[in-house]
Amino acid sequence: MGNDFSSRAHDALNNPQLRRNFRRAMDGLMSKRAVQFADRDDWAALRARGAAIKARALARLPDLLEEFEQKARANGIIVHWAETTADANSIVLGILTDHGAKRVIKGKSMVSEEMHLNAHLEAHGITAVESDLGEYIIQLAGEAPSHIVMPCIHKNKGEIARLFTDNIAGQPYTEDVDALTAAARKVLRREFAQADAGLSGVNFLVAETGSLVLIENEGNGRLSTTLPPLHIAVTGIEKLVEKLDDVAPLLALLPRSATGQPITTYVNMITSPRKAGEKDGPRQVHLVLLDNGRSRVYADLQLRDTLRCIRCGACMNHCPVYARVGGHTYGSVYPGPIGKILTPQLAGLDCAGDLPHASTLCNACVEVCPVQIPIADILVRLRTEAAQPSQAPGVKGAGSNASMVENAVWKGWQAMNASPAVYAAATRSLAVIGNLIPAAAPLLRQWTSVRSKPKFAGKTLHQLARDKGYDNE
Amino acid sequence: MPALVTPPPVPPKTVYYFGTCLIDLFYPAAGLAGMELLKRQGLRVVFPQSQSCCGQPAYNSGHKDEAREVARAQLDAFPEDWPIVVPSGSCAGMMRVHYPDLFLGDRDHARAIAFAGRVYELSWFLVHVLGLEAKLVDRGEKVKVTWHGSCHSMREMGVVDEPKRLLRGLANVTLVENPREKECCGFGGTFAVRQPEISAAMVADKIAAIGETGATRVVSGDCGCLMNIGGALDKAGKPTQAQHLAEFLLERCHGQ
Repeated sequence: MGNDFSSRAHDALNNPQLRRNFRRAMDGLMSKRAVQFADRDDWAALRARGAAIKARALARLPDLLEEFEQKARANGIIVHWAETTADANSIVLGILTDHGAKRVIKGKSMVSEEMHLNAHLEAHGITAVESDLGEYIIQLAGEAPSHIVMPCIHKNKGEIARLFTDNIAGQPYTEDVDALTAAARKVLRREFAQADAGLSGVNFLVAETGSLVLIENEGNGRLSTTLPPLHIAVTGIEKLVEKLDDVAPLLALLPRSATGQPITTYVNMITSPRKAGEKDGPRQVHLVLLDNGRSRVYADLQLRDTLRCIRCGACMNHCPVYARVGGHTYGSVYPGPIGKILTPQLAGLDCAGDLPHASTLCNACVEVCPVQIPIADILVRLRTEAAQPSQAPGVKGAGSNASMVENAVWKGWQAMNASPAVYAAATRSLAVIGNLIPAAAPLLRQWTSVRSKPKFAGKTLHQLARDKGYDNE
Repeated sequence: MPALVTPPPVPPKTVYYFGTCLIDLFYPAAGLAGMELLKRQGLRVVFPQSQSCCGQPAYNSGHKDEAREVARAQLDAFPEDWPIVVPSGSCAGMMRVHYPDLFLGDRDHARAIAFAGRVYELSWFLVHVLGLEAKLVDRGEKVKVTWHGSCHSMREMGVVDEPKRLLRGLANVTLVENPREKECCGFGGTFAVRQPEISAAMVADKIAAIGETGATRVVSGDCGCLMNIGGALDKAGKPTQAQHLAEFLLERCHGQ
């Protein structure tokens, strides 16, 4: 995963249609969000509250997980623990097999993407159908999500119209959005009715009540979790919040940050399977709690902040790198800034050590993160762990980018810049002879392909300051 | 979260100037212009000859130990309790925001925190400490300019409106705002070398957006951005000139 980011970026940058699709979509999302948070003071207060809620939950995560499990069990929800994605896949497969389930209807779930669940089920003769419109579209295309909230944001109307005509029997070519939505709806209604089980993700787990909170806009989440006789939810252990009251501020942040909506069309709170005397709802509800490296992230007090994420995607919507290369370039389930810090921690720096460098550290993501994750600081930390690992337990594959050449370069840089005498001698010489360095020299070559060569000034500011009589002390 | 910067408790008579290594080598005229602006407001400007680099290149590349030793040399170079004015939001951000963390657990941690608290971005200092905005006398011809806000200046130092207030204080200058003013230009230090194609795409979009403003000059407060944007404008044969705010202000008000 992730190690040929640059070559995928090359392809994406040379795909004008893809670049137009992303640029237009991200511009729209940024302006919608800006309208929602027009009052700077309100925004500052709300995000501080959101950050505190998640930080407070993480501070007691082991306790809260136990509390949640007890409450959920008491409510009749069956809780499973999965250390790895392989564990989670076999748990889900086991439940489905026990029920003789052959067709699964899915609400949107990034953790199921992390598990590559659909492929696992397919290999065991179970068909999983995505019911979120965006997920349905990319499932037809055989692609992975390019955005965690809007999985098919890389496609435009024309591409979707062609996909539907090619894959849905009797579907004429149309770019009319309502007609396309209606076509998908017709297919999916049948799937909902036929499904043996529904599978979903979770936005928040409430320890106090043992509830699963799930937000969505299409009603497909509600159908997936209520219509079939069996509901399986999969999620990461970091989704815990302590109290029911903690949910409202996070709901005030998540949709506004994600899509610029004041609230999603549906907010589902699932606290138990169908009770005696109730006319609908699944007869069994299972929850699979996935670790997959999250405990390791949790163990490091700085990196732990990564787990505050509520998966709104605002960081990618505002990322100047993401907007130009799109989500698939990252080669991982979670793209954009959050992916750049999460993927190397889950998969290891040995697998995704280049991702933390795919950033200008412009801090646009930090500015909009609704739970104040210090993404730029964590990027720098991961760069440091990759180059010169600390003794911290948090990072898999630490030291995998260590390079003797780079170490020597930075030692040389230190020798020059930590000694005033060496610095003065070096800069004075460079100011005079630096312009002799050819534009095609290593490192300078990339720079000068689209920019003029920087010109050394002849005299340094140190020299000019002295010439002009500025005091030295 | 940007640093919470407040003016020095007592109006200073003397300030330090940290010129930055990029200015030292490539844009010394911009550096000198900042010093002249401060001097013309009656301040004694001290330029320690033992200063070098803030340490950011190594820090951002994951080489903290090397960054810390270079940063330590700056702690040594600026010993007095005077404000340290920096004509770069990025270097100022490194020193104000990151030095305290960089020295965590180090013998110089206290010194680094004290140093960080004395660091000011130039335009912020000109506006909030010296009130320069109201004192500007524009002697230049009519000109249309646009502003480029550097990422670290805005998002680490909290400097957003100050440079534009100074530009608006110039009678013959029309400031045309670029709707993508706050988008990164793609410099990012080593990013430009590690991800040259993405960096190139970003600066291409940046100069296109600047071109659409119709400005003949793009002004910024960071020489990293200026090297990137100005270099791309020049290579593409565009007539727009890139210039540091200090140099622009000095030229307008004092004809230098």
